[in-house]
Amino acid sequence: MSKLEKRAAAPVPKDWTYAPAPEARDVVSLEERYGLFIGGEWVEPRDGEAFTTVSPRDEEPLAQVAQAGVEDVAAAVAAAREAFQQWSSLPGSERAKYLFRIARILQERSREFAVLESLNGGKPIKESRDVDLPLAAAHFFYYAGWADKLEYAFPNRSPRPLGVAGQIIPWNFPLLMLAWKLAPALAAGNTVVLKPAETTPLTALLFCDVLRQAELPAGVVNIVTGDGRAGAALVDAEVDKIAFTGSTDVGKAIQRRLAGTGKKLTLELGGKAANIIFDDAALDQAVEGIVNGIYFNQGHVCCAGSRLFVQESIAEPVVEKLKRRMATLRVGDPLDKNTDVGAINSRMQLEKIAELVESGRAEGAEIYQPPCRLPERGYWFAPTVFTNVAQSYRIAQEEIFGPVLSVLTFRTPDEAVEKANNTPYGLSAGVWTEKGSRILWMAERLRAGVVWANTFNRFDPTSPFGGYKESGFGREGGRHGLEPYLAFD
Amino acid sequence: MARLPVKKTYKLYIGGSFPRSESGRTYEAEGQNVARASRKDVRDAVAAARAAQPKWAAMTAYNRGQVLYRVGEMLEARTAEFARLCSGEDEVHRATDRWVWYAGFADKLAQLLGASNPVAGPYFNFTVPEPTGVVATVAPDEPALLGLVSRIAPALVGGNTVVALASETHPLAAIELAEVLATSDVPGGVVNLLTGKRAELAPWLASHMDVNAIDLTGADGLRTELETAAADNVKRVVLGAPDSQSLYEISAFLELKTVWHPIGV
Repeated sequence: MSKLEKRAAAPVPKDWTYAPAPEARDVVSLEERYGLFIGGEWVEPRDGEAFTTVSPRDEEPLAQVAQAGVEDVAAAVAAAREAFQQWSSLPGSERAKYLFRIARILQERSREFAVLESLNGGKPIKESRDVDLPLAAAHFFYYAGWADKLEYAFPNRSPRPLGVAGQIIPWNFPLLMLAWKLAPALAAGNTVVLKPAETTPLTALLFCDVLRQAELPAGVVNIVTGDGRAGAALVDAEVDKIAFTGSTDVGKAIQRRLAGTGKKLTLELGGKAANIIFDDAALDQAVEGIVNGIYFNQGHVCCAGSRLFVQESIAEPVVEKLKRRMATLRVGDPLDKNTDVGAINSRMQLEKIAELVESGRAEGAEIYQPPCRLPERGYWFAPTVFTNVAQSYRIAQEEIFGPVLSVLTFRTPDEAVEKANNTPYGLSAGVWTEKGSRILWMAERLRAGVVWANTFNRFDPTSPFGGYKESGFGREGGRHGLEPYLAFD
Repeated sequence: MARLPVKKTYKLYIGGSFPRSESGRTYEAEGQNVARASRKDVRDAVAAARAAQPKWAAMTAYNRGQVLYRVGEMLEARTAEFARLCSGEDEVHRATDRWVWYAGFADKLAQLLGASNPVAGPYFNFTVPEPTGVVATVAPDEPALLGLVSRIAPALVGGNTVVALASETHPLAAIELAEVLATSDVPGGVVNLLTGKRAELAPWLASHMDVNAIDLTGADGLRTELETAAADNVKRVVLGAPDSQSLYEISAFLELKTVWHPIGV
């Protein structure tokens, strides 16, 4: 503690602040109005319905976007069906080259996409530039190489594509989720109708220009925008598979809807990850991991480490260090390269976060938010940590999907496992300890699809990702991520 | 004078014991009075399966393989008895061989289904298969023995525990199998066998919040209803084959876990 105090007293100029370092946004040029991308062409929705997509940083209207109706979705599925014959009979090596092209074009245009991603979704440019874009390109590059090697991935099983895949993606990593969905589906020889999230359609629409540049055959990828009605229409359409990433409630509704239809389904749903810190952990690294675990992308991460379990003996210093670290987080303009925590994605999400935080206060948890000046316009929420949290509190049970951390404690490894697994979710977990055997012991017992040990929130196209229990089924990434897009003899 | 044989009372198999249905009900099948399980029996069976699951999964794969192989030995010894309760000796032989085939897979799954993943960074990253947990099996009506074996063996070898709903029309082979399991080294609760009316019991299994996966191979007319109920806790729904053996019948009951750790000094 004395060491901490000494450092806190280090001389820092009183008026010392960051100068803004805004990323230029003129690299992005937007249309006033976007149609639906069906059969390689832009088409107007049948009934002409459209909505405005805004920037969450200041509610600036960015563009008009089409609301796809049932008939529009059916037309997109028909276009995908028509393209399937040709696409699926291409030699895998030819499909691969299209995907390699897409990967390269994304790399070339990455700045443009990164700016648009931050503008439309609110995430810090630092993250869209350094995480979303490189990973999106990497996913296409990785799966490109699989397209002509499926027989090696699934020996003696005669892998063949399913047909038309309907894919519904969320708003937290709009382009990256598009890449996660499209790359394996296309590599396997399927054609796709993809619905981006209502609040973040723009990078998916810009991606259609990448498809044009890559000269992807018309109809292989179709993009239909809109709210949940468009998603529901896609689920009900004549598709062979649905892949959904989003909330557990909607995932259950889709699973019910598809009951008895024989359509294949993969679900990547919510989470309430435990991030577990043992007393022998490298604490400074662990604190970085805690911050990355919950404040990365404003906590809009299904695998966010939203439940922090600290071994009782070190709970005080960890919370102290955490609060000090939180005070250095820069909250503000997503397009500022200094920004650590950007804007909340939408008003609706902001209200949901505020409501859950209020429930935390009301139930008796102790709240801490570092002093930070939030912009007046737009959707903002300060990084928040709750201590004195009981496992029964809503903030410890429900997915908040915001920059809100609940701190709980444990005494023994058994107790940590018991508490960590005490949730219907099972997407991810974190363990921090310097003891190797304990890492493996914990990793064996945590009921979660991804376990990060002495790190958190790492992603890679070669690394299978997906949930246990109510966090969904099926894997994305790696050889395993191909399987949901293939049929076998 | 001909000797009067001692007849058997056919009961359920839950948590390693042979209780009657708590409901006191029976129904007649294959000329015998067979226990007609109730919703409460379903719940007891799931509780027993849940309690037995962690230890079964924590066994070394080699050990689990040997325990399952031992069941094959017991099946072989009872060939004559089983032959009377299914289509005949050939079915028993095939069921026995299939059981042994699956037993031998226990310590090979991780090598075939797992992976070491070359991530673009200084991390060791690997993927391993793990059991999904408690599996509910709606066994096909026929083949009475081979159908049940084909469905529960792949779930067990991966470390799951099972609550199986036996063939409604030919339940006696399942009860005989329970006696095999009870006298083998399979811990109580790892396999639980219920007899009764499928349309009555399967929905309770499908909607049970502590069942992780449901095998609907034998659920013909009930599929849509059961799949709908299964969504309540995002159950894995498995539609397998009543007579097949494959690595992928096993993997249908497995999860994949990926672990990351930094590499550094």
